[in-house]
Amino acid sequence: MDTMIKDLGLLINAMLIATPPLLYAALGSCFSERSGVVNIGIEGMMTIGAFTGAVAAYFSGNGWFGFICGGLAGAAFALLHAIACISFGADQTISGTAINFLAPGLAVFLCKAMFANSSDSPALDTASKLPKMFNGVFKSGSFGYNVFATYSAAYFCFILVLVIWFVFYKTRFGMRLRAVGEHPQACETLGINVFRIRYICVIFSGFLAGLGGAYVTLANVSQFRPSVIVGQGFIAIAAVIFGKFKPQGALKACLLFGFCNGVKSLASASNSLSPNLISMIPYVVTILTLIFFVGRARVPAANGKPYIKSK
Amino acid sequence: MNKKKGILYSNAFYTFLSIVIGFAVGAILLFIAGIHPGAAYAKLLEGIFSKTKFMTWCIIYASPLIFTGLSVAFSFRTGVFNIGAEGQFVVGSMAACIVGILVDVPAIILVPLCILAAAAAGALWGAVVGVLKVKKGINEVLSFIMFNWIAFYLSNFIVNLPAIHREGGGEATKDIAKSAMLTVPLGIVQATGCASANWGIIFAIVAAMIIWFIINKTTLGYRLRAVGYNKHAAQYGGIDSDKAVMTAMAISGALSGIGGAVQLMGMSGRISQFAGQEGFGFEGITVALIGSSNPIGCVFAGLFYGAMKYGGTKLSLVNAPAEVVDIIMGTIIIFIAISHIFKNFFLLKASKGGKN
Repeated sequence: MDTMIKDLGLLINAMLIATPPLLYAALGSCFSERSGVVNIGIEGMMTIGAFTGAVAAYFSGNGWFGFICGGLAGAAFALLHAIACISFGADQTISGTAINFLAPGLAVFLCKAMFANSSDSPALDTASKLPKMFNGVFKSGSFGYNVFATYSAAYFCFILVLVIWFVFYKTRFGMRLRAVGEHPQACETLGINVFRIRYICVIFSGFLAGLGGAYVTLANVSQFRPSVIVGQGFIAIAAVIFGKFKPQGALKACLLFGFCNGVKSLASASNSLSPNLISMIPYVVTILTLIFFVGRARVPAANGKPYIKSK
Repeated sequence: MNKKKGILYSNAFYTFLSIVIGFAVGAILLFIAGIHPGAAYAKLLEGIFSKTKFMTWCIIYASPLIFTGLSVAFSFRTGVFNIGAEGQFVVGSMAACIVGILVDVPAIILVPLCILAAAAAGALWGAVVGVLKVKKGINEVLSFIMFNWIAFYLSNFIVNLPAIHREGGGEATKDIAKSAMLTVPLGIVQATGCASANWGIIFAIVAAMIIWFIINKTTLGYRLRAVGYNKHAAQYGGIDSDKAVMTAMAISGALSGIGGAVQLMGMSGRISQFAGQEGFGFEGITVALIGSSNPIGCVFAGLFYGAMKYGGTKLSLVNAPAEVVDIIMGTIIIFIAISHIFKNFFLLKASKGGKN
């Protein structure tokens, strides 16, 4: 019984390590997709956020400052994406792919330029990382420690789900945001500034993606390495589609992926099944769930189409 | 329409302009990083053109990219974004590897067999996503991403199977049979000075020509393009757009799969345990974009990207990070994506002022 509780604690711990980066990025993706702009570049924005977060924390010694800087870096690239897609009407998937080349390339480029040709940033000490909550309250290694003494930024992202849910469904801005993603022409006739809402949403999606990336380097891994973001951005996009473009759906999907990650670390520790087969589980589960339970995700009607103002 | 206006409408002009801007941005970044851009670019060009060996390597790097580029370009024509090229490449490579290790027949049978296995595996990987999209309405971006990761882990799993795993040390499969390799005869190897010179590029060019033919000269191609332009109009006109989409995704997958086989049989000879996704699929997206989704364009774009990839590896000799190539590529893509607005602008101006 004791080992079961301990294992459960470790599982939840692993979940709390894997889920927040995905969740931040997925919430960002929700904003962007719901307002009608496809943002494939989340992966790149996470990478530059990871790099900027690590570097800012290294030079300032403050984890939260690094966290915010990571978000701003992601937002900067999102601005680029927004200008290309909204003002210039570029194909949004293409622009997103470009960001996925530009942002990681720039991150490693700057890393090598700043840190003597090393593609890893210097390691951060605990003081420079994000703080953990309830530190010292629970005994190290106990169930309580594993579950509750985790990074405050992880708690923050769960609270963020509620906040974003509220914004989407209970505020005027949220309603306009959703309307812009469905039928921008109708919104324009009602006097809503479609371009401005889309810009805000895309930039915010980049900010959240950057936060997600910064979380990885400031909480899980204590430095930036080129391999730190490998596919989390795409998983986040998948989570949003899986969650039918709703923040609560994205939360459930990210928890699912986080849970599977947890099972993977637990199972590889106990050496039962091939780690590769276990790693496949979240993806297979997603496909099976989609086939049997979920079916069509209603994409916002104007998603992916550049909005061109008619005369 | 005089010649000058003609240029302003051609995709190639904007692609060329975007490439120039890309290099300019790269130069600015190099300058900020304290590296002389001229020296870096000179090293890049030297790394590509100065020896036959280098040029051969560029061609070798380009071959799988042309295939993934063709794959993405083909599916773009039908209006589907094949973000799953990565997974299709991996399963193709895997299938060819398994056949190459386990089947022992002379080269004349083994090579086509491996390629066929790869094409079938890739086609399956693409077609399943197509079926899910068409029958169940599952968003193909989501499915492709899932299948990419399933392929990735499946490949690692198979690498570790006892029948396939390399004896002795090393996290890789056994080498595939010598008769399955695509390496050119010894004479050409000595002439070019490159031990990995292979026939892959010939396969790639032939594939491009076949795809060009399919898209432009067959009924199938017509149907696929119609669905790509307007799915509902095509349906109204009597084309089964569901079947068209599935067919396109299967062919697309087959192309990426063959690309994986070519990479295996031309260069590596074995599959290693992956630490991360290799990126051939995503690079294929770049190739398709630079090549304007045109099969012939993909060949040139693939050669360009292959050359940049190979030349990029030489940049560390001048202390320039190889990542500047990624930045240049990303900038090129963004400007190509933006360029159509300039093209429309000129078109509009011409149609208004054309009567003068």
